[in-house]
Amino acid sequence: MVDRKIEILVGMFVALGLGALFLLAMQVSNLSQIQEHGTYRVTAYFDNIGGLKVRAPVTASGVRVGRVAEIGYDRSTFRARVVLALGTQYDFFPVDTSASIYTAGLLGEQYIALDPGAEEETLKDGSVIQYTQSAMILEQLIGRFLVELTSKK
Amino acid sequence: MIGLLQALGHWSLARVARLGRGHLFLVRTLASLPRLLPRPGLVVRELFSVGVLSLLIIVVSGGFVGFVLGLQGYVTLVRFGAEESLGVVVALSLVRELGPVVTALLFAGRAGSALAAEIGLMKSTEQLAGLEMMAVDPIERVVAPRFLAGFISMPLLAALFSVVGVWGGFFVGSGLLGVDAGAFWSQIQAQVDFRDDVLNGVIKSVVFGFVASWIAVFEGYDAVPTSEGVGRATTRTVVNTALAVLGLDFILTALMFGNF
Amino acid sequence: MFQGLDLDVPAGRVTGILGPSGTGKTTLLNLIGGRLRPSRGTVQVEGHDVHRLSRAELYALRRRMGMLFQSGALLTDLSVYENVAFPLREHTRLPEPLIRDVVLIKLEMVGLRGARALMPAELSGGMARRVALARAIVLDPVMVMYDEPFTGLDPITKAVIVKLIRELNQALGLTSIVVSHDVAETFSIADYLYVIADGGVIASGTPAELRQTDSPWVRQFVNGLPDGPVPFHYPARDYYQELLEGAAP
Repeated sequence: MVDRKIEILVGMFVALGLGALFLLAMQVSNLSQIQEHGTYRVTAYFDNIGGLKVRAPVTASGVRVGRVAEIGYDRSTFRARVVLALGTQYDFFPVDTSASIYTAGLLGEQYIALDPGAEEETLKDGSVIQYTQSAMILEQLIGRFLVELTSKK
Repeated sequence: MIGLLQALGHWSLARVARLGRGHLFLVRTLASLPRLLPRPGLVVRELFSVGVLSLLIIVVSGGFVGFVLGLQGYVTLVRFGAEESLGVVVALSLVRELGPVVTALLFAGRAGSALAAEIGLMKSTEQLAGLEMMAVDPIERVVAPRFLAGFISMPLLAALFSVVGVWGGFFVGSGLLGVDAGAFWSQIQAQVDFRDDVLNGVIKSVVFGFVASWIAVFEGYDAVPTSEGVGRATTRTVVNTALAVLGLDFILTALMFGNF
Repeated sequence: MFQGLDLDVPAGRVTGILGPSGTGKTTLLNLIGGRLRPSRGTVQVEGHDVHRLSRAELYALRRRMGMLFQSGALLTDLSVYENVAFPLREHTRLPEPLIRDVVLIKLEMVGLRGARALMPAELSGGMARRVALARAIVLDPVMVMYDEPFTGLDPITKAVIVKLIRELNQALGLTSIVVSHDVAETFSIADYLYVIADGGVIASGTPAELRQTDSPWVRQFVNGLPDGPVPFHYPARDYYQELLEGAAP
């Protein structure tokens, strides 16, 4: 019954390989964090998004609540349009919540932080976030700093 | 001078002809794959000799590569006080690059050379001719199952390599060097992206599996049917697979990660 | 390789094709089996032009041909039993007990029923060839081609093979083509003989006719003389002159 033994060993090999693929997907990558629940999408307009990228995290008080789904440039407002995909379990943000773009650490990736407002009504799929704060651009900061220095003299 | 040009011409014509033969051979092999469907037993046997017998070298190598990555990564990261990111360094290097590439190289040495030698020997001992005279297509009966088995095995082996490697890095980093275990895994989960990293790594290993298996079965089938010819075919399998895998790796990486 | 080669193989007989090494006897068999394509000319088997057949037709024709390779060409990863059963498993859907019976009958014919569990690596050269013969006739072909069936065998084994070819031809009504350079054995089993050299047939006839030939070439070949029309020496420059040149640098 050599064939039977081979069949079993091959079966084990394939199961092991598929198990490893599964482990990579679930344990090693961030797949398990997203798509656990559904998402709803809200839009925010920024004057400048700096180096924000699609799939960047969206946090509230440091807790990850979603990710950036889409980045575009709006032809009527001439501002950057960012679509955020938020987890449906976080469906309690007031409509006057504000969104700001921050940088993780001095040189880290940029992310969006949500700061809840005080309204009763909450954000729904398709809502627009009214209050936004653009990304800090290092060059602009330095430029402004230098201008202040020179004007004081 | 004329002689040199002639030799050059002959050489390049032979190369082009070989390239053409290789692709015709690939088409014939792919065309005969559907006829394997009613006979999965043939593929299972080859999965055993290609996949199961490669397990040991893959697992052991994956472990050692993980150890080394853990050590090297730690030594570098600790200078910046960023040793919590060790997991990310280990996992990303393995999933994106080392898993698919090193597995393909090991596969060429372990399974590819064996495939080429086996088919080459079958050719030199007239077994392939015998099959043809028994009205059995050797491409369908001998080549296609081996090709398919190699193609299936590679992504599985690469995934195993990566998983074992990450655990190897964890063992060295957390067990020996004292990186916090929670930070190790949570950083990995936070930073490794499923589509950008894991899926692209798997795509790489699928492509490598295709190319490495193709090269191996073709070199065997195209071998000069002498013991010297079979030896050369085996060598060529390893060399050509290594070159093809490393070249393709560059192209694939540029395509996948190059656009931002 | 060949020029103006023309031979007829009568059905139901043993036809011997003789010729020195390197005259393309194996090529000839490959042409008949459709493994090689002639640059000119045709090969007909049972009225079909082998090289005009479609792939499926060619494969159907090959099922009715057996070929015994010089090395036996047994599949090294299968046992003797499985090797003989191989064509049945590939081409028929016979139930297992029937396959078993057919295989045992064929193995009995070549006298190796007791060796069915051995692997090809455990067989002697003669036994491997007998197993290959059993495999070649397992589908009951109409024609069997033997490529150098006697080469490299001891006298006893040679005699066994001679006996087998003769008996199988009679018992199964086969058409046999024996390609060889072993004169004595081929003469002893062939009904009709062709001698080929330099790309063409240089003599043909029954064994008795060929023994009476006056062609010096055929005489040299049939009697196995070292020198004659086929010279002992490879073409070279004059012997003494070459020696003298070396002496005076």
